[in-house]
Amino acid sequence: MTSLLETHAVAKRYRHRWALADCTLTIPAGHVVGLVGPNGAGKTTLLHLATGLLAPTSGTIEVLGGQPAAGPAQLAKVGFLAQDPALYASLSVAEHLRLGAHLNPGWDARLAADRISGLGLDPAQRAGKLSGGQRAQLALTMALAKRPEALLLDEPVASLDPLARRQFLQDLMVAAAAGGLSIIMSSHLIGDLERVCDYLIVITAAQVRLAGEVDRLLSAHQLLTGPRRDRPSMPRGHQIIQQSYTVRQTTLLVRDGHPVHDPAWTSSPVGLEDMVLAYLSQPGGELPGPRPVLEVQR
Amino acid sequence: MIWLTWRQFRMQAVVAAAALTAVIAALAVTGRGLSHLYGDSGLAGCQAPSDCGRLAAGFLDQVKASGTHYYAIFILGAVLLLVVPALIGMFWGAPLITHEFETGTFRLAWNQSVTRTRWLAVKLGLVGLASMTAAGLLSLIMTWWSSPINRAIDLPGGRTGAATLNRFAPLLFATGGIAPVGYAAFAFALGVTAGVLIRRTVPAMAVTLVVFAAVQVAMPLWVRPYLMPPLHSTTALDAASIPTLNITPTQMIITPADSQPGAWVIANQAVTAGGRAFAGPPPQACLSNSAPPAACPAAINRLHLRQALVYQPASRYWPFQWYETLIFLALALALAGFCGWWIRRRRLS
Repeated sequence: MTSLLETHAVAKRYRHRWALADCTLTIPAGHVVGLVGPNGAGKTTLLHLATGLLAPTSGTIEVLGGQPAAGPAQLAKVGFLAQDPALYASLSVAEHLRLGAHLNPGWDARLAADRISGLGLDPAQRAGKLSGGQRAQLALTMALAKRPEALLLDEPVASLDPLARRQFLQDLMVAAAAGGLSIIMSSHLIGDLERVCDYLIVITAAQVRLAGEVDRLLSAHQLLTGPRRDRPSMPRGHQIIQQSYTVRQTTLLVRDGHPVHDPAWTSSPVGLEDMVLAYLSQPGGELPGPRPVLEVQR
Repeated sequence: MIWLTWRQFRMQAVVAAAALTAVIAALAVTGRGLSHLYGDSGLAGCQAPSDCGRLAAGFLDQVKASGTHYYAIFILGAVLLLVVPALIGMFWGAPLITHEFETGTFRLAWNQSVTRTRWLAVKLGLVGLASMTAAGLLSLIMTWWSSPINRAIDLPGGRTGAATLNRFAPLLFATGGIAPVGYAAFAFALGVTAGVLIRRTVPAMAVTLVVFAAVQVAMPLWVRPYLMPPLHSTTALDAASIPTLNITPTQMIITPADSQPGAWVIANQAVTAGGRAFAGPPPQACLSNSAPPAACPAAINRLHLRQALVYQPASRYWPFQWYETLIFLALALALAGFCGWWIRRRRLS
């Protein structure tokens, strides 16, 4: 089975700045992948590399077993929804669908028409006159009606109000469930991702910090609470992601599968948001251990 | 892709078609008047070169007479044919790709199931063809309109007063025949290239205008004269045929009549029997007021001067048209190829 996304030591440099460095990932197909990271961390760069809008400075990247934008067949397999999706302002909604029908051999005209009428969009309306939410929905309609195998979305809900956001994510999930669609979606709204994603990638400062299935990631991390101690006496064999102290108590977020036998420590499971925030709050390039990328072994 | 390109280009195409129709209508109406004028001049039936020369001069004088508007229309048409390719480059070429970059719509276009090479090829091909068609139609109607003038100039002996009307003259060469098609294709490709490189529409339009104007100046000055080696002719100079004579006590500048109808005259001067340019001094008979009027020409004839002419004959008008058109079409293709390479290589984001 081909991977949804397979990168090997991919890096992208803009003049003096590395937007993405040494990124090696293997994501199996069929997942709904959340891509999390602060602004400017490299999320958009990774998605643009995957769609072929950018070429990597070094390394290789494959989407569904093919080089991004290598040819019409590869382009047909991958749908992309850019951040603040640009539509042709002078073209009407119906003309956008016509554009999609002309440019995509696998175009699902029925799905497009159903979605447009379901959304209550006026086909004669010019795209330039649509609201932000309507534009995002029209762009999603175009990306879905293309019938891609993988759909990449760059901050699709950032400009939407909470109601439109929920609607959008719901539509996305329905489409994913119906069509066996793989999705990679970037966002900094962890709550949204928690609802829809079963796979997670955390990027900070141009580097992938964490990648894996959500369930496995959560079970690989635990929160340890114990008396305040200095570092040398902390539990061994665990990788400490985050530590916080009160006057009498130490709380550690550690990554490891082994249970802790020292009765001084109490172990408790960690929530997705807490885990992601712990990784996001780490300063770039100072992760413990020889290899910063943590992947869950299958 | 063809549908999308047409949909995006529709407005501009309609505007251009309307303008072109108006120009064609105006030229069709006045062009009939000009052919009547030619018919009435008797040029169609003339036999002897001297008759034809006299009739042609009369006809061309009438064309230039202030009572008719033919000369003004002729100049306007020529200016239009010089300006239209520049407008095509600025308003069709420069925004074609740049506008998609500025609005971000290229991301939408590039994520449909069409490679960006094809996307570019269809856009360039369709709008480029429209550019060439527009310029070609305009040139066709203008060439038809001015055909009586060209016939009068090309007749044996039909040279007089033709310098500002001769289609082979450097300024007018690019305003008729098929050359405007090449210029339009080049200007369009230049606009697209400037847009792709600069990625902002207005600066790209300005650069297109400047570069295209420079090329329009450079072509007749530094390229066209070398496309084919010019012909040289040295013939005996008869003082009676000299139209202008510039005499000072120490100098005499003779400008012989251009004896090649419809030719592009590059140099035309009087030379001595030894082959050197003649600049004086004038014979005494031409300076003294007491000498009889016939004495000066006779004295000039006794100098045995010859007329040295460097020219491209009228028969080379079409070879030159083809050369120039093909040069610009080749340049346009090279620019289009560069744009394709740039877009594939740069992976703009």
